[in-house]
Amino acid sequence: MKKVSLLKEYTKGLWDQNPTFKQILGTCPTLAVTVSAMNGIAMALATTFVLVFSSMIISMIRKLIPNQVRIAAYIVIVAGFVTIVDLVMKAQFPAMSKSLGPYIPLIVVNCIILGRAEAFASKNGVFSSILDALGMGSGFLGALFVIGSIREVLGNRTILGVAVLPEGFTPWLIMILPAGAFITYGLLMGLSNAYMEKKKENERKAIYNKYITAKQFVNETEA
Amino acid sequence: MEGLILLFVSSALINNFVLAYFLGICPFIGVSNKISSAFSMGIATTFVMVITAIVSWLIYNLILLPNQLDYLQYVAFILVIASLVQFVEMVIKKVSQPLYRALGIFLPLITTNCAILGLALFIVLKDYNFAQSIVYGFGVGVGFTLALVIMAGIREELDLADVPKPFRGAPITLIVAGLLALAFMGFAGLITI
Repeated sequence: MKKVSLLKEYTKGLWDQNPTFKQILGTCPTLAVTVSAMNGIAMALATTFVLVFSSMIISMIRKLIPNQVRIAAYIVIVAGFVTIVDLVMKAQFPAMSKSLGPYIPLIVVNCIILGRAEAFASKNGVFSSILDALGMGSGFLGALFVIGSIREVLGNRTILGVAVLPEGFTPWLIMILPAGAFITYGLLMGLSNAYMEKKKENERKAIYNKYITAKQFVNETEA
Repeated sequence: MEGLILLFVSSALINNFVLAYFLGICPFIGVSNKISSAFSMGIATTFVMVITAIVSWLIYNLILLPNQLDYLQYVAFILVIASLVQFVEMVIKKVSQPLYRALGIFLPLITTNCAILGLALFIVLKDYNFAQSIVYGFGVGVGFTLALVIMAGIREELDLADVPKPFRGAPITLIVAGLLALAFMGFAGLITI
């Protein structure tokens, strides 16, 4: 039983509580860096790193932080890890660091991180906090990869730098412009809502059908 | 002087923080339901932005750079912004009650507005001098207010429209924002910097 609930801490971030499509958190990096799939992946990995380590530290010291100053304490911890990521990226991946620009330091104010710190890590143990952070990070990674791929394919004919669409396809310039980011994100969010509604509708129908067959059965046996 | 005016126009219209840099999307989607509250939020944000521009410029150039502590800039900026917003809130409460009632509830939200930290980072990144920083902060604030108020105006009309159910709320707002971003691209030819 324990194992099942731990697994749940991880998987809920993937779809049920996906930070991008369901909770609408961390929209700034989602829109800004998804010009290409690779940028999206790099951004999501950097965010996940910060998310996992800050969740870990926050849940370790959650009983030591006085309640009134907790937000400030969280922010300082997050800012520390963001500085680490920024310096490492500048040293190891200068090209990627340049193309992500100020959005790496802006991870500090990414609402996913503070949101998870406040809603989960400050109330739960270290291990489940790490799993929760990993789940949210994976959900974020998936979302950024999907948005980045769509924009890269339509705007540049490639995915991860590999050409997929033929030469004859005229790239839609709008997709790699800011407007394309808003529209892609909006459409995807709408589609995911539509899918969820359809699923719920089907579940409702299934329950209703069961009820009807049960009722018929009762009626027949009574007759 | 001419350079400052150009900087103002470019930061308010062409490089609009919301529509070109995607900063401050959370309040953009959250508070853009009514024109009046959007306007108040915009004014409060502009106010904090100008102060942030001044303070972060001073801290970076007078404290962090001379002591070679510039790797601490993120920690320093975020702490300064968080305490600054608190401080501004207290001052407004003391000085003007009507203003406090108008802006009060929006101020705590501003701390987590990434546009504020973004502003501090851009000032460092673009190496602005003191006067430029103030103008830049003001211009960005005006651009933010403009985007927020236009969006609120559209959303007030949108409430009457028959939007497909899954697209109601955030998705349609994002799509409208995309169209707005497209419209704002028209400003790009206005001036070149």
